[in-house]
Amino acid sequence: MSAPAGTAGSGFSLRDWGSSLFWTLAESVTAILLAVVVGGIGITLFSGFLPNNHPAFDVGLPFAAYGALWSGAVGSINGIGSTLSYATPLALAGLGVGLGFKAGLFNIGGRGQFLMGSVGAMAVVTVMGPSQNGLITVPLALIVGGLFGAFAGFIPGALKATSGAHEVVTTIMLNYIFVFATYWAISGPLRLPNSPQAITADASAWGAALPTIHIPEVDILGLHLFGADVLGRDAHYGILLAVLALPVIWFLLFRTTLGFEIRAAGANSDAARYAGMKTKQLVVLTMSMAGGLCGLAGATTLLGVVHQMAPGYDTTIGFDAITVALVGRSNPVGIGLAALLFGGMRAGAQTMQISPGVPGELVDALQMFILLFLVINILRRWMAKRPTGGSALTTGAEVAPLAAEVSK
Amino acid sequence: MTGELASVPALEMRGITKRYPGVVANDHIDLDVRRGEIHALLGENGAGKTTLMNILYGLARPNEGEILLDGKTVQIADPSDAISRGISMVHQHFMLVPVLSVAENVVLGAETMARGPFLDRREASKRIAALAAQFGFELDPDARVGSLSVGQQQRVEILKALYRDAQILVLDEPTAVLTPQETDEIFVLLRRLADDGRSIIFISHKLYEVLAIADRITVIRRGRVIGDRKPGETTEAELAELMVGREVELTVDRGASHVGGPMLHVEGLRVTDERKHEIVPGVSLDIRAGEILGIAGVAGNGQDELIEALIGLRKPSGGKVSLDGRDITGCSPRDMNRAGVGYVPGDRHRFGLILSFPVYDNLILTSYYREPYSHGPLRDGAAVAESADAQVARFDIRVPSSNVATSTLSGGNQQKVIVAREFERPLKLLILDQPTRGLDVGSIEFIHKQIIAKRDAGTAVLLVSAELDEVMEISDRIAVIYRGRIVAELDGRTADKSAVGLLMATGGEANPAEEATA
Repeated sequence: MSAPAGTAGSGFSLRDWGSSLFWTLAESVTAILLAVVVGGIGITLFSGFLPNNHPAFDVGLPFAAYGALWSGAVGSINGIGSTLSYATPLALAGLGVGLGFKAGLFNIGGRGQFLMGSVGAMAVVTVMGPSQNGLITVPLALIVGGLFGAFAGFIPGALKATSGAHEVVTTIMLNYIFVFATYWAISGPLRLPNSPQAITADASAWGAALPTIHIPEVDILGLHLFGADVLGRDAHYGILLAVLALPVIWFLLFRTTLGFEIRAAGANSDAARYAGMKTKQLVVLTMSMAGGLCGLAGATTLLGVVHQMAPGYDTTIGFDAITVALVGRSNPVGIGLAALLFGGMRAGAQTMQISPGVPGELVDALQMFILLFLVINILRRWMAKRPTGGSALTTGAEVAPLAAEVSK
Repeated sequence: MTGELASVPALEMRGITKRYPGVVANDHIDLDVRRGEIHALLGENGAGKTTLMNILYGLARPNEGEILLDGKTVQIADPSDAISRGISMVHQHFMLVPVLSVAENVVLGAETMARGPFLDRREASKRIAALAAQFGFELDPDARVGSLSVGQQQRVEILKALYRDAQILVLDEPTAVLTPQETDEIFVLLRRLADDGRSIIFISHKLYEVLAIADRITVIRRGRVIGDRKPGETTEAELAELMVGREVELTVDRGASHVGGPMLHVEGLRVTDERKHEIVPGVSLDIRAGEILGIAGVAGNGQDELIEALIGLRKPSGGKVSLDGRDITGCSPRDMNRAGVGYVPGDRHRFGLILSFPVYDNLILTSYYREPYSHGPLRDGAAVAESADAQVARFDIRVPSSNVATSTLSGGNQQKVIVAREFERPLKLLILDQPTRGLDVGSIEFIHKQIIAKRDAGTAVLLVSAELDEVMEISDRIAVIYRGRIVAELDGRTADKSAVGLLMATGGEANPAEEATA
């Protein structure tokens, strides 16, 4: 009672929703800027140990490195295409994780769901054989990949709904199962016939790759337009899937009754249950949708970039997606921006490694620092919000409000 | 009250001012507390009582003003500083470790270092037993705190303060969680402590309690001291007016009820909990249209399970429930909602609201799926906002706009959001679980009036409350629940409070059927 903000008479504080949205965005931007500063200090400290004979403690090197990162990411058409290509699976899987956060679920299973998505897509390619019509098989492969991912998300969802098993534990354990299931699929049913190695077909060679975005040579009204890869050599049509998924998930969350139920169950599942929502079904449905999105990330990566699976086929997308969802505050708009940021860093890393000679691993370090600063802030808010006088007798599920805090 | 009234007050707070951005929580508050005195701090939620006590306890720094202990100015840096100066606080929510014993909880943070790093359990137990005996606590030092009742846990908190030799003991709404019997017991205990020369600051917004226990009453409104009274020289009505700033109807006129036909019929309802214990072994009750049935009972006698069965959250293991002639046994919460059952949960933060959501979303939390808020699978944001604005106006919910987060509202306004949501549509049955818990007199008056209005519109109302006064004030009939059974039914207008209290505590076995009228 009588919290300082709940003033006598007026009974509310002036902090409204608009300003709180501003502050959460500011939190992400602050974390990014802090990471850039810390990364810059790191580059300066280690400049003497870098291969390109930089002087020790080279204060100018961070600027050169970030400049190269920037120009590599957006300095050319090829760079932009590469950024978009890297951003595509990050956005799709980021949506998968962010959707879970909105529903109060920690989906750590992005890795396994991604792998199952790849396996599903590859299965379609394998079944359709060496000469197939890409216009039919590619959409089919994407759908099946999404369904495989959805199934991989359905399992932890169903386990949680029926037995209460926590999704953090089950998704992490299922990741291992799916890694080995993928390995088995590559060396077994998906193996290229008569191949001495355990390797799948090349989707590109079989005509089932997501093509590069290309506009053919045309003449319109006497104007001769060159046929071109409009977004460079790396930009495949899978990008469109991410561009489509972002507004679709936003619409689902904020414009449908189902989205209202998902958000309600995520913010306070007890109140949602009392309000007549079927929270267990929501858990299963949300986890399946999250898995489906991560599965699509796997399917587009396979059909658009990698084309072929060999033993050791794996991904860090499942974990990168957690960072993307956190930086994007689980909001589809934010997730899109965060995916572009991290996609751009990946795309620029090579340029940076060649020109000022700063290792591409800097990008991993930056990503970790961003995550670190964000999590510090989220924990700080969560601790501040816990009732200071909270009865020690009710310290059961303290993680759920943390998940809710994450989704803000 | 006691003979030990020294000329210098044990505690004096002078001109305490605390400003938060946009708010003056404490505006030049003066307070003096004498040795051996029980001093009540009375005020509505948000009046600034807790802020003042947080300043005393070192949890907040005042912008202006000074604190004097025994006539000497002191600076209180933090709670451990406050404790070392003999100030202790018993919070509304206990700070106990459930898996530890009473003795371990009491010494936690104040362990004697006689045996180096090892806790001298025997010595601690001995000291605690001696303290408990001195003040007449009935507590086993070796009992596990998690196994104690709420009232006993509170005594552990008080024991903690005494173990640290508290001379000034602050209790923040100590009776909010207690049964009437436990309240009487704690009052006896507090009086003993005062007679021992300690000063007690008793924070409350319950008028009758303050009149019953305090030696002096300081009333705070909007961060200012409004008045200083002695219990003998004032009345509940005057205190309420000081507190709220206007005349308040302390007891809403329940009027004559115009009872219609049978509405809710419950027959032999049996409910089991998660551990397969039959918590409700068989409840039968009837409520007619336009009638309020109050269920009185000590918390934990099956009220929660009964309610959960009636709103569809728990499948009954036997018996029958029908509403307006229709069998609704075992329906889902959504079907109950469709059938015309409204529900105001007891724990509004946990079950009634989604605090991070804007007010307009909480106003449709149980009807979001219906027209006009949804068309098929799509939400209609405009309809939600429009209806929210109407509700805010109709139920006088004090918000700058309906899109602020619900967590920023005061408790009274939060409860009004739930009341607005559930009362807005035509209902056949309205189930109220502690509808005014923790609210101030102004909000209680408003909500009671709304309940009466809903009754007069022909709704059958089931009121469950641990506040016996509330049950007595607005019920047409009172049913006493004891160990999951209705042990007596009384007329709400003629029932005797102490008789109901006895039935609540004993189930009526000691006093057979004497009170049982229809």
